Amino acid sequence: MKRNVLPGLPLSLGVTLFYVGLIVVLPLAALVFKAASLGPQDYWAIISSPRAVASYRVTALSALAATVFNLFFGLALAWVLTRYRFPGWRFVDALVDLPFALPTAVAGIALTALFANNGWFGSLLAPLGIKVAYTPIGIMIAMCFTSLPFIVRTVQPVLEDLDPALEEAAQSLGGSDWAIFRKVILPLLTPALLAGLSLSFARSLGEFGAIIFIAGNKPMETEITALLVFIRLEEYDYQAAAAIASVLLITAFAMLALTNLLQARALRYTIRN
Amino acid sequence: MKIRLDNVVKTFDTFRAVHGVSLDIESGELVALLGPSGSGKTTILRMVAGLEYSDGGTIYFGEKNATNIPVRDRGVGFVFQHYALFPHMTIGENIAFGMKVSKVRRSPDAIAKRVRDLLRLVKLEGLEDRFPAQISGGQRQRVALARALAVDPKVLLLDEPFGALDANVRRDLRRWLREIHAELGITTLFVTHDQEEALDLADRVVILNEGRIVQQGTPNEVCRAPNSAFVMRFLGDTNTLSTTVRAGKALLPAGEIDAPGCADGPADVYVRPNDLDWALDGAGIPASVRQVLDRPGNRRVIAATDQGDALEFDVAPETEVRAGDRGMVRIRRARVFPAG
Repeated sequence: MKRNVLPGLPLSLGVTLFYVGLIVVLPLAALVFKAASLGPQDYWAIISSPRAVASYRVTALSALAATVFNLFFGLALAWVLTRYRFPGWRFVDALVDLPFALPTAVAGIALTALFANNGWFGSLLAPLGIKVAYTPIGIMIAMCFTSLPFIVRTVQPVLEDLDPALEEAAQSLGGSDWAIFRKVILPLLTPALLAGLSLSFARSLGEFGAIIFIAGNKPMETEITALLVFIRLEEYDYQAAAAIASVLLITAFAMLALTNLLQARALRYTIRN
Repeated sequence: MKIRLDNVVKTFDTFRAVHGVSLDIESGELVALLGPSGSGKTTILRMVAGLEYSDGGTIYFGEKNATNIPVRDRGVGFVFQHYALFPHMTIGENIAFGMKVSKVRRSPDAIAKRVRDLLRLVKLEGLEDRFPAQISGGQRQRVALARALAVDPKVLLLDEPFGALDANVRRDLRRWLREIHAELGITTLFVTHDQEEALDLADRVVILNEGRIVQQGTPNEVCRAPNSAFVMRFLGDTNTLSTTVRAGKALLPAGEIDAPGCADGPADVYVRPNDLDWALDGAGIPASVRQVLDRPGNRRVIAATDQGDALEFDVAPETEVRAGDRGMVRIRRARVFPAG
């Protein structure tokens, strides 16, 4: 066995494993156990009911749209924050973390107030025939708001560490700004972007507080999966709640597994012989 | 391509990095910018490349004013100090990058052929599918050069090309760069703080200090006729003895030394360790040995005169000398510069 110079491996490993088991694995296992106590047929009937399927669709599509939007906007924000120093830079940088710090219900109420038909934004959009509050667009906006920091905060440190000489080298070789961005900068940011992407998407799938105020929560139309789980819980139908929640869980896991795989591929150049 | 710098100035915030430097580089010449850190040599190189814009003065490429041409259109090959290879591209892709993004369209076959030719030139055949993290520092250096040469630059610029390599690799690469330069005949300008590197490699050495050119010339000229105490000290080990100059003669306890062109007043005598002879008796400056350092080719003696000035010189490997010995040091050759 290889001897390790640092002491304390058995103790620290024991404590962390115990903690992970207690806080993460146990509740998940309980959820799976609860869902599994349904027979396969009942399980399938619950998770494939029209109302549940409609909720998956609105949740997944909104989460996807929010994540794609944040991919571009978050990258742009991270770019501006690392490349330029402007008056109020520190303020903007701190503002990025606000969605993390703010109770999501507060965000939900604020967004609803803004986008309601008589709100500041809503009253401007209403004459154009655009309704945001109580529509899937509202869900998407709430998701955008709560998941923005993930992309910014995963990309920012990588951008900061990017050697300026790489861009200078690409310039001296005749590369246009666009070619440099696409062929040099973007590939180097890809692993961080993927990490931010998967976190942002997973967060959007599970977001609850910010959405329920703005969504209107109409079954089949603007009811998100997390809310459906909550409704089933309120009805004391724990098995159905667990079954629907397990779908969210599996989706989140699949998503994380996929991005980890893509990340490993994107980072294969770092492996030494 | 002939390069001409005319009174080029660069200021960073409040720090004046380059004070009105004028320099001519002939077509096909291999020129070293030599100076201590902070002397402005890298800034000059970056201004020639277009990676930095000058605040004043003009840079000509041939007859054309290139001062405001951006780096991507300037047609220079730049080799960065830490190579700046694209880590996510293989060696082959790194070398091909410039050709792929170029406005001049090349067929994939033509690019592949050029990559192979360049890999042969830099003696890295068979490594084209490796990533930069998988090759040694010396190999990375050669990839960086191949990548810069791939776009047929009119001028090759190298920033501390061998700075990050160990001494043996450095010597090999130096000889190899000389061969490549002879083969391609491309105008080359490189920056170094290592005098040995500059003297070994360059046709002409430009010595800089505090953003100004102090002296320029062939290695022979700057070595044989340094024009200032700074150049004398910077080019190699020196011994310094303080003295006074009267009517073109420096007065030392052991006699007089010619000091042509040196004004009367306090001055320093500079002597290379090789220009001092050691003898047990006879004429010279009496000195006692403090320490003896053994080196592969000779023995370095550190001695002190009776006035307390330290003297370093080399003696033949078989010479019997040890700390505490007393003897006479004779000056064979020396230069005198005003004290300052």
